[in-house]
Amino acid sequence: MTEPLLELEGITKRFPGVTALDNVSLTVRPAEVVALIGENGAGKSTLMKILGGVHQADAGAIRIGGRQVAIRTVADAIALGIGFIHQELNVLDNLDVAGNCFLGREPLWGGPLKLINRARIFSETEKYLERLGLSVSPRTPLKELSLAQQQMVEIAKALSQNARLIIMDEPTSCLTLSETDRLLATVKELRAQGMSVIYISHRLGEVEQCADSVVVLRDGQNAGALKREEISHQNMVRLMVGRDLKDLYVSGAGAQEPDFFRVRGLRTTAYPHCEISFSAARGEILGFAGLVGAGRSEMAQALFGVDKALGGDVALGGKPLAIRSARAAIAAGIYLIPEDRRRTGLITSMTVRENITLPGLPGLASAGLISRRREDELAARQVAALHVKTPSIETRAMNLSGGNQQKVVLAKWLALQPQVLIFDEPTRGIDVGAKAEIYKLMRGLADQGVAIMMISSDMEEVMGVSDRIAVMHEGAITGFLARAEFSEEAIMHLAVGKTAAA
Amino acid sequence: MANERGGISLAPMLAKKELGIFVLLVALCTIVALKSPAFLSSANLQNTARLIGMYGIFSIGLGIVIITGGIELSVGSAFALQGVMLAIMLREWGWHWSLAAPAVVLGSMLIGCLHGVLVAGVRMQAFIVTLCGLLFYRGVARYIANDETKGFGTESFGPLRDLATGNVGGVNGVPMPFVLLLVVAAVMWVVLHRSVYGRYLFAVGRNEDAARYSGINSRLVIASAYVVCGALAGVAGIIIAFYTNSISPAGHGNFYELYGIAAAVLGGCSLSGGEGSIIGIVIGTALLQVLQNLVNLLGIPSSLNFAVMGAVILIGVLADQLLSRRRGAAKGGVGKT
Repeated sequence: MTEPLLELEGITKRFPGVTALDNVSLTVRPAEVVALIGENGAGKSTLMKILGGVHQADAGAIRIGGRQVAIRTVADAIALGIGFIHQELNVLDNLDVAGNCFLGREPLWGGPLKLINRARIFSETEKYLERLGLSVSPRTPLKELSLAQQQMVEIAKALSQNARLIIMDEPTSCLTLSETDRLLATVKELRAQGMSVIYISHRLGEVEQCADSVVVLRDGQNAGALKREEISHQNMVRLMVGRDLKDLYVSGAGAQEPDFFRVRGLRTTAYPHCEISFSAARGEILGFAGLVGAGRSEMAQALFGVDKALGGDVALGGKPLAIRSARAAIAAGIYLIPEDRRRTGLITSMTVRENITLPGLPGLASAGLISRRREDELAARQVAALHVKTPSIETRAMNLSGGNQQKVVLAKWLALQPQVLIFDEPTRGIDVGAKAEIYKLMRGLADQGVAIMMISSDMEEVMGVSDRIAVMHEGAITGFLARAEFSEEAIMHLAVGKTAAA
Repeated sequence: MANERGGISLAPMLAKKELGIFVLLVALCTIVALKSPAFLSSANLQNTARLIGMYGIFSIGLGIVIITGGIELSVGSAFALQGVMLAIMLREWGWHWSLAAPAVVLGSMLIGCLHGVLVAGVRMQAFIVTLCGLLFYRGVARYIANDETKGFGTESFGPLRDLATGNVGGVNGVPMPFVLLLVVAAVMWVVLHRSVYGRYLFAVGRNEDAARYSGINSRLVIASAYVVCGALAGVAGIIIAFYTNSISPAGHGNFYELYGIAAAVLGGCSLSGGEGSIIGIVIGTALLQVLQNLVNLLGIPSSLNFAVMGAVILIGVLADQLLSRRRGAAKGGVGKT
């Protein structure tokens, strides 16, 4: 066996209130593709941030080529030959390809004038683009490239920094199927050239295709490792989840009024030619599965009135609704727990109290003046009811953990009278404990007669929590699955656009 | 009463942010008073109070716009237009004061409404909209007046002149503009810090998207801030016109928008929106006027006037930023996983 390129041993990292990593180890050999998998919040990102110099480990050792190293800054990581391809690309789309590759390390000429040696960066960049088989000119402005091509530019940048190890964090989350194939081919090509890759992905199919070994994290610990011949879908799921899916699912009191929330022919700006029709019953959790970009969030935003719907009829309890603004949706009892809670779910610089009372403020006021007593009471009551862990109701929302922030978003709406609750990726970036609490809350609300729609890209979650699943593909619902029909295969089948009958 | 937190008590009114600038104001007053006893003469105090009142009223309006994350650069030019129009209405057209004064305020609100629609409805940048306003209203004022100075002479126009420039309680009494400022500040304090509308102003200033997702009509709230600013600028415009008594359209109101913005920023408003208080803005206005007074009384060459003011504003805002950064660090950043 060859000498390992990178060894992480006993890495431990604590954040206030949570141990993100507990004694985690990972080994990467030269010319090896190691897949790092685990559920959201398992600690993958934290581990990689330690490797990338963003966080420092509280305990443990990092060895590169057998020599112990300290990675204190991003620059340290780059100098040690570690290249990082982030999930959200780190490119400047106002520069050209070469400008991005050499950003911050431009070769200079002209002495004190410090002019950029453009000829040199173009020829150097050309070399790396060729190595990746990307046929664009280094002079192309980055904004003219597709996301997949921009990602290649990031890889070229890492190569130009003499990286020996490239970390790819969810590299295919925004790519189309053919672009994904192309990226996987690139990964293999890089391996053939002697590079090592740490490949982080939720998509087990990709891992099966490209990984030489798999490391599984669960709740911040090593849950196990798989060698090339052991890599299989089942083995990976078993290690990732470590428990039966049935533990998550709590069966409800049952659905009533199947046509309680009825949507017919809804068209959104993202897919103006596709119509969405479905009904959600009281007491039901209707999951919405699909790939990123299937139009699920756009549907939610149109139903909530923050995006314009191009057409369609919405009826609640048999009464037709005209939803032209979030105010109209809220007045009807339709609330959205949005995907991006820091940007749209909360005003993070305001206090927990101010966030909770914001939508229902007129109800706490007389003659336009807010009653602080009633406001405090409501906020305190909601914090207690949802077990929000916060030092006080006057704490700014930005100082809470992701799970508690999400509970504040929920507290906002539960202070009113919900009829339909739309959850968009409700547990993204939330730790396991808070997740279970949120699932319990959802079920509790359903049992009280609320119709719940849950958009989720997390396969385990959507199968574990929903009573029924609608699968979307490119702006349309390709099929509904009843609980007995749930399987990852059935969902994927519909998510890539094949119809239910096939 | 004791439990009713809606009641007014001094502690929350003078929050951390205002305390610093209040201390600065007191220190500055003490220094000037020690160096030049003339500072405490009734004539000087009266005049300073008059100026604080005049500037304070429109500074509050500017502060409201800044709290929504906007900016209003055109008030100085608008003052010139308002002054010219008021003089023409009263003296050339012979309008009754009770018609002319509301017309000026209404016109100013219309200007605010236009800015509000362009900023919140058409989504133009507030800086651009109001910068164009700054140029446009100045040009219109000069054209209407034929670039000639317009004035009010010695007529009193019913109670209008007294309302704008008089004193409450005799010749040595409290200047009317200062009394008006107290009234405006009290009303706006309740609006901004106690009403639903005030909470909405802060919410859209901090995060317009999240405010919209909470069911707030954020565009209406933003647009309305410009209208409120217009109303207050209209009132201030009349006072300023009578204070100078003659309006030269090329110079009247020059730089006033910057005094207002400076007062708001000194008083704790953040130009990125969502922060600020009425008390802070009033103290900020007072600070600027005392500074002006200091330059005059201490015999500093008046050519240095702007330099002194610029330096003090810079130091004030810098100190505030350093202090709040230290406060933030002391609290301890919570790690995000």
